[in-house]
Amino acid sequence: MTQTILTVDDSRTMRDMLKMALAEAGFNVIQAVDGVHGLEVLQTSTPDVIVTDINMPKMDGFGLIEAVRKDSRYRRVPILVLTTESDVAKKTRAKEAGATGWIVKPFEPTKLIAAIRRVAA
Amino acid sequence: MTVDTMAAIRQTFFQECEEQLSEMEVGLLAMDEGNADSETVNAVFRAVHSIKGGAGAFKLTALVQFAHTFETALDFVRSGKLNPTAEVMKPMLRAADVLADLVEASRDGKEIDESSYAAIAADVKALTATEGAEEVEEAIDFQPTVIDFGLPDMAPEPIAAPVHEYRVSFTPRPELYANANEAVLVIRELSRLGQAETTCDASAVPDIDNIDPNGAYLSWTIKLSSEVAIEAVREVFEFVDGEADITIEADGQPEVSDDAIAALLAQALGSAPAAENDQPSNVTNVEEPTPADPVQSGAAASETASPPAQVAEAVKTVAVPAQTTIRVEFDRVDRLINLVGELVINQAMLSQRVIEANFAGSSSVVIGLEELEQLTREIQESVMAIRAQPVKPLFQRMSRIVREVADATSKQVRLKTDGEATEVDKTVVERLAEPLTHMIRNAVDHGIETPEERVAAGKSPEGNVRLSAAHRSGRIVIEISDDGAGINRPKVRASAIKKGLISPDAQLSDSDIDNLLFLPGFSTAATISSISGRGVGMDVVKRSILALGGRISISSRPGLGSTFSMSLPLTLAVLDGMAVSVAGQTLVVPLTAIVETLKPKKGEIHGIGADGRVMAIRNTFVPLIDVGTQLGFRDTPADPERSVAILVETDGGARNALLVDSIQDQRQVVIKSLEANYGTVSGIAAATILGDGRVALILDVDALVTRSFEGQLTAAARYGTEG
Repeated sequence: MTQTILTVDDSRTMRDMLKMALAEAGFNVIQAVDGVHGLEVLQTSTPDVIVTDINMPKMDGFGLIEAVRKDSRYRRVPILVLTTESDVAKKTRAKEAGATGWIVKPFEPTKLIAAIRRVAA
Repeated sequence: MTVDTMAAIRQTFFQECEEQLSEMEVGLLAMDEGNADSETVNAVFRAVHSIKGGAGAFKLTALVQFAHTFETALDFVRSGKLNPTAEVMKPMLRAADVLADLVEASRDGKEIDESSYAAIAADVKALTATEGAEEVEEAIDFQPTVIDFGLPDMAPEPIAAPVHEYRVSFTPRPELYANANEAVLVIRELSRLGQAETTCDASAVPDIDNIDPNGAYLSWTIKLSSEVAIEAVREVFEFVDGEADITIEADGQPEVSDDAIAALLAQALGSAPAAENDQPSNVTNVEEPTPADPVQSGAAASETASPPAQVAEAVKTVAVPAQTTIRVEFDRVDRLINLVGELVINQAMLSQRVIEANFAGSSSVVIGLEELEQLTREIQESVMAIRAQPVKPLFQRMSRIVREVADATSKQVRLKTDGEATEVDKTVVERLAEPLTHMIRNAVDHGIETPEERVAAGKSPEGNVRLSAAHRSGRIVIEISDDGAGINRPKVRASAIKKGLISPDAQLSDSDIDNLLFLPGFSTAATISSISGRGVGMDVVKRSILALGGRISISSRPGLGSTFSMSLPLTLAVLDGMAVSVAGQTLVVPLTAIVETLKPKKGEIHGIGADGRVMAIRNTFVPLIDVGTQLGFRDTPADPERSVAILVETDGGARNALLVDSIQDQRQVVIKSLEANYGTVSGIAAATILGDGRVALILDVDALVTRSFEGQLTAAARYGTEG
């Protein structure tokens, strides 16, 4: 069954890159532009994995993860955060918020897919 | 990903960079003005961060590095470690300019010599140099990207490697499951590395009454025979490190001897608290200090969690649509505009037919047609609005020009902008960039005095340049004013005489002298400076504005400054014109050029030279141009007394009277390019289609006047006759 990935990123470039890479690997992709929009999308869609950026307007990645984990429907949906090498402290914080794992930017498509396969049942 | 998709994403990236640079600039300027609230600083940080992120994906190293330096400084401001004072903001603003340059260079595939911005990079770096720890973080940040995710790739040995016997014990804690990790998936991934033998220990499972559904009771021991190095085994646990007790024994050895590899690992797996707390030698034998008690770990988690109320509030705002824009190619919009243009013409033709058919005003056909007319106009306006863009990005670019010129001339100048949200057609915005840049350069270079001169004149050392935009009666008015010395009229006059632009005895008003600046070949600067004097004079500025259907005027007060005011049409697709008849033809005169219409009386027309004529209007003489003969519609000039004179204003405010047979009416016409559909005709700007389906030519008043006077009158004579 085709798995659906929700990507949440305020950067169009990053959204496009994620979409291309994921679609090419056979995933179904839905997108949101920030945390608030992500939660909105989750009202109507149930992705198998969520990939989210941290730095976003309106609601950042931490806020999104915390809100998602509070929703019983999504307690067990893997959430991967997009981080950069310099965001060392952020990985810890994302973990505390309930993140499942992370993807280090700039990502290569194969690494992205590997990270998703690692957490997706 | 295919080359095509990468190219498309690359394009998106640079488009997005433009938006982010613009957002950054707005934020930085706000910070510079003292409005460094957290949302503003965050927005600037995010913009630079996003540029860095995208640049990394395209391996634009110079851009990544500079963005990183900049970002670090912004992060200091964001976290309150650095105060955005004027001294801090100055290098920041310069850094913004460098970042914009680097983006542009990357987009065009050019290289910028690092030495050209090294000083600014150093200045920005110096802002964060107070903390010694930064250097260390810097080193980590710039590990080559190979490290990113490289471990599984690095792991397989190229030559037949010896088989290692690993013994892994894996005891998940509740937070592993709470974060949606699955022990089974981890074990499965581990098993793929070689021959695995897995044993599950269920001895910790309590009796049914004491089972916590969110608890973690199972642990596993995996015996793995594999060629992979221990790092690859460790890598499998990357996401669950810190959420489980993990021990890895390799070939019966609980410890790793190679510290270098371990250090590398600790760095690559950086985030996990275990890696930070433990000595590298403990990597294989992690005794997690983390409590096994879920209650306690829950408490730790809620410490960083937002208060529930805050989350609820954030969720409430969900109703706001997140995406308020869509991207559409300009071609599509232009096609739509063209079609709507056709619709307008068709509707006009239909109206004409209905009038000809003599329907009663109360008939449903006439009423229906009126509704259609109303609707058509609304559609037209809505479609035009799609092409409309705020002048904001254009204005933002100007602040950079001001900074650069001020720096180069050692002046202190502040740019104030107003009405940035004012919208105008995209083409107008684009074609305004060059003239506006030139005028801003002029304002700083020639207008504003040096700080010493200003102080001597009793002004503040910092000069002001004001750039404003506003909608006024269906047009956009853009003003550039400075509080500098104003135009030095004696100098301008002397220069114009020297250059033969006016005769030494010409009687010129102040405004006439100011307008001399717009004459071709005029330059006031004693020495041509590298900043303003690029061989482009105000005449070129003026021509660009006129080409857009606009007009420009200048006013200046000695010692107080100058103001350049431009008025431009909001769109280039429609034109307000006056339909006139000449020798049985319908012509359209752009309304913007018309000053007034007059009925020539006997005695007002005087012959001049062989076939020249002038018309007396309130004690001045204005050249009279016979449109019919000028355009070759007829050979003999029209009788002025049976014609109408349209007083038009052209170059530098010079006035001429156009002689036409009669005036039909005033109307809005859809502009059809003559160049694209036929060819260039001197004196004709474009064409339009009338309600009766006939083509009408739109006059290019400026070209018509130039054509009629070519070689006949000097600028001096023109100014002379006008008074």
